[in-house]
Amino acid sequence: MISEANHDLQMAIYASMLVPIAGALLIFLCARFRGLIELVFVGTALCLLGVTISIVNLGADIFHQSISLINIIGSIPIAFHVEPLGILFACVASGLWLITTIYAIGYMNANKEKHLARFYMCFCLAMAAVMGIAYSANLLTLFIFYEILTLSTYPLVAHKGTESAKQGARTYLGILISTSIGFLLIAIIWTWFSVGTLDFSVGGIVEDKLPNNLLMLLFALYAFGIGKAALMPFHRWLPSAMVAPTPVSALLHAVAVVKAGVFCVLKITVYIFGIDLLDTTGANSPIIWVATATMLLASLVALQQNNLKARLAYSTISQLAYIVLGAALATSTSIMGSSLHLATHAVGKITLFFCAGAIYTATKKTLVSELNGLGRIMPFTFTAYTIAAISIIGLPPLAGSWSKWFLVDGAITADRLIIAIAFLVSTLLNIMYLLPIAINGFMSKPAYHSGTIQEAPFAIVMPSCITAGLCLALFFLLSYVYDFLLLLPLR
Amino acid sequence: MIGSHYPILQVVVPLVAAPLCSLLPKSKLPWLFATVISWLTFAISLALLVQVKNSGALIYELGDWPAPWGIQYYIDTIGAFVLVLVSLIASITLLASRELIEKEIAQEKHALFYTAFLLCYTGLLGIVATGDAFNVFVFLEISSISSYALIAMGENRKALTASYEYLIMGTIGATFILIGIGLLYMQTGTLNMLDLKQRIHEVDGFRSVHAAFAFFTVGICLKLALFPLHHWLPNAYAYAPSAVSIFLAATATKVALYLLYRVFYTIFGFEFSFDTLHLGYILLPLSIIAMVISSFTAIFQLGVKRLLAYSSLGQIGYMTLGIALETKAGLIASIIHLFNHAFIKGALFMCMACLLSRLHSTRITDLAGAAQHMPWTCAAFVTAGLALIGVPLTSGFISKWYLVLAILEKDWWWLAVIVLFTSLLSVVYIWRVIEQMYLREANSHSANIKEASPILLICTWLMVIMTIYFGIDNSYPVNMATHAAEALLK
Repeated sequence: MISEANHDLQMAIYASMLVPIAGALLIFLCARFRGLIELVFVGTALCLLGVTISIVNLGADIFHQSISLINIIGSIPIAFHVEPLGILFACVASGLWLITTIYAIGYMNANKEKHLARFYMCFCLAMAAVMGIAYSANLLTLFIFYEILTLSTYPLVAHKGTESAKQGARTYLGILISTSIGFLLIAIIWTWFSVGTLDFSVGGIVEDKLPNNLLMLLFALYAFGIGKAALMPFHRWLPSAMVAPTPVSALLHAVAVVKAGVFCVLKITVYIFGIDLLDTTGANSPIIWVATATMLLASLVALQQNNLKARLAYSTISQLAYIVLGAALATSTSIMGSSLHLATHAVGKITLFFCAGAIYTATKKTLVSELNGLGRIMPFTFTAYTIAAISIIGLPPLAGSWSKWFLVDGAITADRLIIAIAFLVSTLLNIMYLLPIAINGFMSKPAYHSGTIQEAPFAIVMPSCITAGLCLALFFLLSYVYDFLLLLPLR
Repeated sequence: MIGSHYPILQVVVPLVAAPLCSLLPKSKLPWLFATVISWLTFAISLALLVQVKNSGALIYELGDWPAPWGIQYYIDTIGAFVLVLVSLIASITLLASRELIEKEIAQEKHALFYTAFLLCYTGLLGIVATGDAFNVFVFLEISSISSYALIAMGENRKALTASYEYLIMGTIGATFILIGIGLLYMQTGTLNMLDLKQRIHEVDGFRSVHAAFAFFTVGICLKLALFPLHHWLPNAYAYAPSAVSIFLAATATKVALYLLYRVFYTIFGFEFSFDTLHLGYILLPLSIIAMVISSFTAIFQLGVKRLLAYSSLGQIGYMTLGIALETKAGLIASIIHLFNHAFIKGALFMCMACLLSRLHSTRITDLAGAAQHMPWTCAAFVTAGLALIGVPLTSGFISKWYLVLAILEKDWWWLAVIVLFTSLLSVVYIWRVIEQMYLREANSHSANIKEASPILLICTWLMVIMTIYFGIDNSYPVNMATHAAEALLK
């Protein structure tokens, strides 16, 4: 017996995966007509956003209702459900995807990139995988879509086909596949073996099934196995992936892929372990320290990067560590902080990458040291950059300030003052590697003649302005997200 | 009723068809005849499977001679399962082979090729169907000798040395098995497997039975190409005509593995093989070495067919590893992988056949940019390659899942890590090929290369779809394997 709401839910969840797949198919079919594939690309993103909104509108009644597709192994099905974290992640990903489609079309045309159909197709498939991850109801489903996401983004990273692109893509694939098969799969099979279920359930499933020291090992296997969360020392793939065209870096390697990683960590923390269990057994402490170290070290490395995209990549690694740290601290406040940071950092970082792409399109410059004085020539781009940078640093009145607030609060609630201090040190480091670019852009004189340079095309500048505006708007509107996340059942 | 004669028809139909095939005129007829025969035997094997499922293991007495005197055919779940596998792969291979054979083998040898192919096929079916130990040897020789001839027909002159090498090693293996059979016959006075099973307990303290066990182990491992007795295999697969590579890679070692199950589980019995004589102690280290070393070696191969051959050696390691775990779960994992790997490797070698038919080479450097001209072939290679790696939603993942679960049941953590580590090695060697196909610019002289012919593509994708299908809905092979493992362990 399927109730009406359940039926709607089922339709909506399948649609959120089928819409991008259908988009990919359409793009494959009309690969010859350039205008048409661009239209399909944007249309797909629009439909997906519509589907996601319809899922939000279904309300809180349908949370945790599992929808099984087919049994894969024994009694483990491919199954989906919706819950607050998944909806948040799906909203972030599909909302920003719509903006990125416009940006991607502008960028790919302005830079005369080739193999457009393949590019847009893989982009759509990656989004389908992201939706699958967001709504997965058990670890096996999550793992399947996690791997699909890795594989479908590989062609995007290697898109240029040059030797360095191939090398970067090899590192990308190598690290993501090795960690997922080497750690994550083992952790999942181990969980199945000792617990007998892989379902995400409120309050966790592993309690009383494993002794404390093994629990610690299992949590570490999950945290490292989800290579997309880029905990050191498995972070190298993220800078390597920067060889991809900027729209890919912006959506996938600042939003969808990395956020899929931290989303998995959050989801496993909340629904597999349960925060009480982590808190009482102390199984989380190794990961707390690894995440803290990653947060600070990545910031230090970012300081030394002269390539703008590489600097942003290391900044992403550091910011992802915030989220993992919030998950590992395992208090309700820090989980709230992590979830909010998932959204606010996504909006901020995508803006920064959009700006990096705009600068590259307009000037072909990639090094931080070459950007002096460009702010006067490209005022929109640099203004957007400044707003997003301040949001990531976490100053009001921008969205990032809220998530950082909750994270620091969470560290204090967990009685770990050192972690709270580490958050503040990291904030200082953020200022040091993000703001000088903006300051030098506006204040310094151009180092050389730059007469022919002008602002990037409209399709590139507009998305960055929109997302920068979102950084500002979210500061005032984040309470809605907060209220929604209060529905997250932690116990 | 004809249905009651299926066990013998399964073997006799291709056996009789083989000499007839050599008499056919030089035309398409030999191909057509062999293909029809193979699909016919596939239908028989399906019927057998249904019979076994409905009424349990089948015992068929040849010429109605009762058991100790006459020859018995004995088909239980695992037997019927392997029969279906072998006949299905043979049917698909033969369907695709016409174009390949026309290109690779001289016209006057066509009829002989199909004769040898049918004989080889008969031999493999016979090994599986028979319940008589000496009969196993006879069919083993039929399949081996015909496969030496098949391999020697390869275009490259190196095929001759590859075939010769296989001949020497294969003969040693077959002789060892024969000595083993002889020793058992001496001690028990019977050749019937079911009789052997009952009588072996009366004599299992004898030194000669232990010697027979040793001869069987070495002989079967030679046919199975388990490390370090694998040396004949890479060359044989690499230089054989492509149709032969597909067929042998997908079936020959699988049948040898079936023989291993038969001899050590049915004849000697689990307790004698594993508790008294500790077969696991030999298989475990050898399987691990096979998995690790062969996968490493595969990474450095220049020809893709050789690369796939080395990968096969590693995959055989997974299957024997399942046996070496000495548990039911391990045996199930081994049988599941036997089934899944047949289609995966068949599909990959089928892709090689497609590429060879257009590019005339499967050297890794000659595949540069192949995806531009042959998108369907390359997509099939990618999919089957992912299955080999064990990516979810492909059958390779299912194999790996059950294998690792069986290992965890034994609490052997380090082994689970090694198994997953070797699948990372397979990522490396598969990705070398994929990168060449997709990311290199095509050579200038390959501008007018077309996609492989439709029939080849259909056959390739048939196998690829199997790997996907059994990756999603795997209830059938898993139930079969569970049932078969229970029967073997009884």
